[in-house]
Amino acid sequence: MSVLVGNHSRVVVQGFTGKEGSFHSEQMIEYGTNIIGGVTPGKGGMTHLDKPVFNTVAEAVKKEGANTSIIFVPPRFAADAIMEAADAGVDLIVCITEGIPVQDMVKVHDYIADRDVRLIGPNCPGVITPGQAKLGIMPGFIHNPGTIGIVSRSGTLTYEAVDQVTKAGMGQSTCIGIGGDPIIGTTTKDAVELFMNDPDTEGIVMIGEIGGSMEADAARWIREHGTKPVVGFIAGQTAPKGRTMGHAGAIIGGAEDTAEAKMKIMADCGIHVVKSPADIGETMHRILRG
Amino acid sequence: MNLHEYQGKELLASYGVDIQRGKVATTAEEAEASYAALRDETQTDFVVVKAQIHAGGRGKGGGVKLAKNLDEFKEHSNAILGMMLKTPQTPGGLDGEGKLVRKILIAEDVYAPDFDACEEMYISILMDRAKKQNVIIYSTEGGMDIEEVAEKTPDLVHKEYIDPNLGLLPFQARKVAFNLGLSGAAFKGMVKFISNLYKAFVGSDASLFEINPCLKTGDDRIIAVDCKVSLDDNALFRHKDLAELRDEKEEDPTEVEAKSYGLNFVNLDGNVGCMVNGAGLAMATMDIIKLSGGSPANFLDVGGTADAARVEQAFRIILRDPNVKAILINIFGGIVRCDRVANGVVDAYKNIGDINVPIIVRLQGTNADIAKQIIDDSGLEVHSAILLKEAAEIVEKVLAKHQ
Repeated sequence: MSVLVGNHSRVVVQGFTGKEGSFHSEQMIEYGTNIIGGVTPGKGGMTHLDKPVFNTVAEAVKKEGANTSIIFVPPRFAADAIMEAADAGVDLIVCITEGIPVQDMVKVHDYIADRDVRLIGPNCPGVITPGQAKLGIMPGFIHNPGTIGIVSRSGTLTYEAVDQVTKAGMGQSTCIGIGGDPIIGTTTKDAVELFMNDPDTEGIVMIGEIGGSMEADAARWIREHGTKPVVGFIAGQTAPKGRTMGHAGAIIGGAEDTAEAKMKIMADCGIHVVKSPADIGETMHRILRG
Repeated sequence: MNLHEYQGKELLASYGVDIQRGKVATTAEEAEASYAALRDETQTDFVVVKAQIHAGGRGKGGGVKLAKNLDEFKEHSNAILGMMLKTPQTPGGLDGEGKLVRKILIAEDVYAPDFDACEEMYISILMDRAKKQNVIIYSTEGGMDIEEVAEKTPDLVHKEYIDPNLGLLPFQARKVAFNLGLSGAAFKGMVKFISNLYKAFVGSDASLFEINPCLKTGDDRIIAVDCKVSLDDNALFRHKDLAELRDEKEEDPTEVEAKSYGLNFVNLDGNVGCMVNGAGLAMATMDIIKLSGGSPANFLDVGGTADAARVEQAFRIILRDPNVKAILINIFGGIVRCDRVANGVVDAYKNIGDINVPIIVRLQGTNADIAKQIIDDSGLEVHSAILLKEAAEIVEKVLAKHQ
């Protein structure tokens, strides 16, 4: 078992014929992901990487039964691509694109809110269920099928955690890179909840960073509903304050923005918080295998 | 991207938001000409001289002064133009070195003639990350630190959330004006002010508008007296005109240079430089440095293509900081192949020549073993590691030796 992606995923790639889309589609196919084809408006009817190209996501859903979309569309067209996929009726959308304007994502969030679809990202490395399906840009070879669920806002830091878990003799059920933008589809709490409900996930690694309240929200949910051990790390304990936000932001951002505050809340909620990012794998191993 | 006050006001005015009138000057001659022109326009000798730098709290450091005649104006404008202005928000705060004032705004005194009838209010607009909607935050308590107001009198800080599809609705604009205690012409003025302000926010893809103070004048006009505007960098592709307003002189010169090489760099005051791929891993590496007994000298994300040219530029930028006692390179190769990065490090090292600080290179991921071999065989003063833990231990050892 796994969450979100697996052998059942029938994947359509939006931005299929572009440079990024082509490169990563090839990698995903090589990993064994069931890519049914891609979408590039105006190039419908062509064949790319031995797969059909469609003009619209709706066509890919209708003709090939696509239930999952992955997006490599440039930032200025990405919001539209997400909404197109949502309208076409896929269950899961993974948006890799970095640099989408915030106001575009405000509209996207509103558009998908009452549709039965889950968005991962944007600005994320994607989702992988080792041995089954890779939907993203992560290096496949560092992953191993196993029982640890990993959720993280970052790219390479996720790889770091994955690698440590693998080297500690464990593997991953699914790894979810939820993305680093101010507005993202699936939150830390959402991902943790998926793992708590997955019978084949034994423990959860939760990696956060400074800014926003997602880790605190997840921690409070875990305190109430958690049934599995969670190892947590927050990046940015030494980051300088206030590099991005002005005065008014602090009112809403509140006191839960700093790494210190988040780590305290997480520890208070029963999460095994590690201070050093080098201790993630060992700590999980100690808790589960003694 | 942050705008200067005068640029922000021009943006607001282009959307029909009433602003305090003013003119910008960079020299004493320009300033005097601007004073004369503004006096003709406003029919008063009173003006306010305002330093134009990217930092708030300018008044606290003497960067905002009222002049009642030409002599006072000359005195103030000469004092402010070219000064090193220290505010709570400039580097180092009020005890720091401050920021050079290159431009001043000569603005009308909107409080005259009926100072006592004026009311200062607070208005800001931003995107609320938790609600994923734009929100207008406003208060009758203008002209002061809004965080302080929110802490002491939270009842006086109001919020109005905006539906992304419908935009600001007329009843919401009226609600803001009523809650600000306005009536008559001032009420009507505020409804128009807030409506246009919201249009400007969305129209310019802003990430923050802060109008503090927003003034009700003695004759019931609503005017933006000060404004802080931050724009969404990711949306500048559809605002070419606004993108041109970037004032790189206000940014850290090293950070501007780093950006031109595709490096994301932030200057810090520690003793261990670092070079990392990915923002999250970069922050985690800074944390490792701290836990190893050092403190990070910078944040540096080399991005997805850590090629030899970028590695060399990154080296040169880090080495410019005399406080740097060691450099930790931490690359997790996914798409990036570690052996390429290792060759880049060796080439950069040789090209730069006189590197006198120990370098710890941790390469993990694709071809990590080959990369370690390349580093170890290079004969350079470079310590290599594969595990993050090993890298941390080497940093600790190196720092202990250099103390």
